[in-house]
This record gives sequence, C-alpha cells and structure tokens, in this order.
Amino acid sequence: MAQLFPRSFNNLSHASIYVALVLAAISIWLAVELAKSDYVTGVGTPLEQPVQFSHKHHVSDDGIDCRYCHSTVEKTDFAGIPSTETCMTCHSDLWQTSPILEPVRTSYQTNTSIQWQRVYRLPDFVFFNHSIHINKGIGCSTCHGRVDQMPLVYQFTALRMDWCLDCHRAPQTSIRPRSEIFNMEWTPGADQTRRGNELMRDYGIAPADRLTDCYTCHR
Amino acid sequence: MDDARLLNAPFDSPEAVLPPGHTYESVGEKVASIPLAPVSGTRWQWMLGLAVSLLFLLIFLVAIIYDVQQGVGIWGVRIPAAWAFAITNFIWWIGIGHAGTLISAILLLVNQQWRTSINRLAEAMTIWAVMCAGLMPLLHLGRQWLFYWLFPYPNTMGVQPQFRSPLVWDVFAVLTYFTISLLFWFTGMIPDLASLRDRARSGFARTVYGFLSLGWRGSARHWHNYQITYLLFAGLATPLVVSVHTVVSLDFSISLLPGWHSTIFPPYFVAGAIFSGFAMVLTLIIPIRSFYGLKDLITLRHLDNCAKLLLATGLIVAYGYLMETFMAFYSGNTYEKAIVLDRLQGRYAWVYYTVLFCNVVLPQLLWVRRYRRNTVLLFILSIAINIGMWMERFVIVVQSLSRDYLPSAWRIYGPTLWDWLTLLGSLGLFFTMQFLFMRLLPMIPISEVRELLHRQRGHTA
Repeated sequence: MAQLFPRSFNNLSHASIYVALVLAAISIWLAVELAKSDYVTGVGTPLEQPVQFSHKHHVSDDGIDCRYCHSTVEKTDFAGIPSTETCMTCHSDLWQTSPILEPVRTSYQTNTSIQWQRVYRLPDFVFFNHSIHINKGIGCSTCHGRVDQMPLVYQFTALRMDWCLDCHRAPQTSIRPRSEIFNMEWTPGADQTRRGNELMRDYGIAPADRLTDCYTCHR
Repeated sequence: MDDARLLNAPFDSPEAVLPPGHTYESVGEKVASIPLAPVSGTRWQWMLGLAVSLLFLLIFLVAIIYDVQQGVGIWGVRIPAAWAFAITNFIWWIGIGHAGTLISAILLLVNQQWRTSINRLAEAMTIWAVMCAGLMPLLHLGRQWLFYWLFPYPNTMGVQPQFRSPLVWDVFAVLTYFTISLLFWFTGMIPDLASLRDRARSGFARTVYGFLSLGWRGSARHWHNYQITYLLFAGLATPLVVSVHTVVSLDFSISLLPGWHSTIFPPYFVAGAIFSGFAMVLTLIIPIRSFYGLKDLITLRHLDNCAKLLLATGLIVAYGYLMETFMAFYSGNTYEKAIVLDRLQGRYAWVYYTVLFCNVVLPQLLWVRRYRRNTVLLFILSIAINIGMWMERFVIVVQSLSRDYLPSAWRIYGPTLWDWLTLLGSLGLFFTMQFLFMRLLPMIPISEVRELLHRQRGHTA
C-alpha cells in the first residue's frame, strides 16, 4: 500500500507541537500587553476638544491655580469643569476677537455649555472621590502628571485597577504635605518612605489592608 | 458460549470476560466494522437517536444564548438559593465522569481484565460528562464573557483569584480532569485508529484515521513507548478519581451553612460520584451491547461487576445519608437539627424520600445474582439511580440554601422553564457526542481485547 502521507510529515508533526506551544504563549502575551498598551488605553494622546485650551499656557505662563477653574476639587468627588462665565472673567477683556475663542463667546451669548470631551473615564462601578485624595495628601500631579507642561491635556495614566492598588497598597510612597498638593513641581524626596509614614499618621490614613478592601472603591 | 453457561464459569477465568470463539481477526473485524460502515450502511435507529440528541442540543444552544443575553435571572435562582439547577447539574455531570476514570485508571493498575471491553466507552462518557459539567458553572456566571477572570493571569486589575476559595480549586480540578481524561482516552485509541486506517476502504476515512493515528506502525518501539505512556497516564489519572469530587465537595463543606458544613462530604461525594458514574455506564452499555451485537465482548460478567460496584458504592452513599442525619442530632446543634428536620418534613421532603428510594432501597436488589444479570432490570435501575443522584445533589444544594440562618430570608426555590431546558439541553450535548463517538471511533479497544485473547490462549494452551 502506498504511503498516506509524504515523509516530510514526520518533521511537520514534530514541529507542530512546538509551534502550537509557541503560538499559544505568544497570543497570551500579546493579549496581556495589548490590554495595557497606550494604543488601547489612549494614554498620551490628546482628545479633540471644542476649544484648543492650553493648560500649559494658563498654568505655567499665567500662573493660575488649579482651583480657579476646578473649584470643587477640595470639597466633592468631582473636581469640576469651569462654566463659560469663569473663562469670561478674563476673556471678556483679553483676546476678545480671537477666532480660537469663538466657541467660548458663542457659548456665553447663547447660554449653552461648551461640550468638553472627558479625558479621564472611570467605569461606573468605581466610586472615586477627589476631595478625600486632596485632603489626605495626594497631589494633582501624582495622577494627572505635569499638566502645566501639557499644551493639550491628555491622559497621564490609564486608571487601571492595578495602578490604583499600587498606591492603595503603599500610600506612603505618594503622600505629600498638604501645602504641596497643587505644586506641579513636587517630587518625592530621598526620605519619602519615612516622611510618607509620618504623614499617614498625621492625616489619620487607614492602613493598607483597609484601603484595599473591595468596598473602598466598589460599593 | 451463551449467557447461561457463562454465568457458571469460574469468577476469575478469562472465559467469563471474553468467551471463546474469537480470533485476533474477528475481534478487529467486529469492532472496526461499526465506524468503517459506509454512509449508506448507517442504521436508521442510530440516525433517529442522533436526530433527537441534536434537537436537545439545539434547545441547549437556545437556553445558553438566552442566558447570556438576559442573565441568570431567567432561572429560578433567588436569594437565598443563589445556587440551584446549574450547580446541581455540575456536580451530577462531573460525578458521572468518575466511573470512566475508575475503570480506565484504577482497574488497569490493579490488573482487572474485565475493564478491557468497556474502558473506551467509559472514558468517552467521562469526557462528554466533564464537558457538560464544565459548562454549568460558566453559564451560572453573571457575565459569562468574563470567564477568564477565573484564571490567574497577569491582568490589569492587580488582583488574582482568591486561592483560599475552593471555587478556584474547582477550576483547576475540572480542567486537569478534562485534560488528563482526553489525553488518556486519545493515547489509548492510537493503535486502534491505525487499525481503522489500515482497514478503511475509502480514501477519506484512511486519511482522517491516518492523521489521528500519528504515524503508528506497530513497531516494537512504538508498543514499548505506548505501554509506558499509557501506564503513566493511568498513574496520573488515579488520584483524580478521588481528588476532583473532593474539591467539588469542598465548595460546600468549607462554607458554614448548615447542611453543607460537614467533614463527611469528601468521601461521601466521591462514593456518590462513582455510584452515579457506574449507573451511567450501565445506562449506556446495556443498549449498546444489544444494538451492535457486542454481547460476546461486553458480557454479563461485565454487567455483573458493574452492578457489584454499584452496590458497594451505593452502600457508602447510604452510610453518608445515615451519618448526615445522625450527626445533626448527635452534635446537638440547633441549626443542623433544624435543617435535617426540614429535609425530612419540609417542602423538599418528597425529593429526599425519592432519593432514599432510588439510591438506598432499590440498589439492595443487587445483592441477588439473578438481578445483577437481568439486563432489563439493571437498565431501569441505572436510570433510577441517575435520577436519584441528581435529586440528591438538588437536596444538598437547594434545600440547605433555602433555609439558612436567617428565617426572614427563607425562600422556597422553584425551577423555571429555562432551568429545565438547560438540564435537558446538556443531555442533548452528552448524547450527541456519544452517538457520534459510537459511529466514528472504535468503541471497544481492539488491541487490548486481542492482548486479552493472547493471554487467554497462553492460559489454555
């Protein structure tokens, strides 16, 4: 009887075992890496906004405090998006005819809000509160990066759960004095762990096992 | 040798397992003729059986799609009975698989010759049963498409499954069980697949069986490697006979719920698994040996031995029932007593008494040799035990849950149409696979029966 399969099938069948294993490993690795990649999460890419608002210009050049626009960040869960009136406190005098500000003027005249695109999106099953973080020593730049250097604001982090937990498991690595919260240039010093532990005590922050309970964020 | 004379053969004699009259050639011819029959030679009874199974498989698909679309609310599960049919089905199916593993692994290691004719069938049954079982907890998930969260993998959440929970152990137990069972079954089939390849007349069949037989030429080196691999798999599969259903039982006994929190659960579950598994083996082989005329390969001795195992494991299960009830009163624990009294008198009492009748009373018939060799009676009994064992798991899961510590939360569970369709649909999956297996693959291990024949000849010569 003639052979059913050519001789090359011997090598093919052996190779197929290894190829299958390698392919399986590569696909798992690819799926894991892709899920974390900036391509999927959108980190680092500015969104198209109705007005090309530059945080860099307003913060660095003009020296405006974060809270001038994000006025509820110390008191509520939501940092707050400024109303058009806030823009107009300056722009009723400055750059009155600039074409770039046309949507702002239209918004003011027609009494309709500017439809800003949300940059940071949390799933609705996560309860995040800005004020508790601000009041317990987590500064703006820890999560939002150097906004004072961003002409167009983009996502600094992907808000992945493992990123949240990194800090909730070891808050002392990121806590800064309350006086430095809005300081964009603050970075942890060499003695951050010691200082962080002191601040945790001073601010009455719960130990890590309570900060990582499911219901801390998922209620 | 006919059935009557066979019964008088000495218990250990090879004649009792494989009646004389067969040759190496006739064994191969008889077994291989079933998968190698031309399409035109397909029997209408088989086609009808497959058609009915496919219908139920279709129902299963509809039930699954509706469940994924709507969520588990389509079932009758409500707090406090958040586990019901799906979990009952899971335990039942995975238990059924255990007889296949016991036959293929443990009986091989203890050199029981009577396993030879039925091990392939029983192993196949195990695989289909584990497939049905594995689907049940997945369907029970709220968001089935996130099933991969069950595995520890480098995820973006920074959390891993809770390894202190038996529900996670379950994932590994069931997956290990499926993998080992599938490989064991396939490895054992390689020489027979080569046999089919060599006998096949159509080029298509020859190519498919040739591909599956992985280039088997039957050389001494092939046989040597094969024997070692087969024995290794038997060794790997042996602990699974006890470990898998132990882990399943821990899902319950590790919790603190009265009716679940009991140390007798692991052995009691394992015995129940083998008990229900042998019932399913009998349910399958009694019609198969008659339909395909395999009574000289699957003899009354095989049925008799299965029946004895049924009786033995049934007695362990009965001991489990007895101890559960006794311990509740012996412990003096108010809640344990309450749950047992509810089991005996409450809304599910009729289920419990049916369980006792099917699993404790009926198997006592098997003390009598005449009944152990009455195929009709054995068949009916095996179906009754299948039903009884399903109901036993239902009582454990649902009755205990519906009466937990907080009387204000008590709620009687009732199944919906979708509960029933999911259960019946899983039977459709099981029997579809079984019918395809019977028609396409060698149901009886040709090479092992020939080996038995060889030993028998050496014995008589």
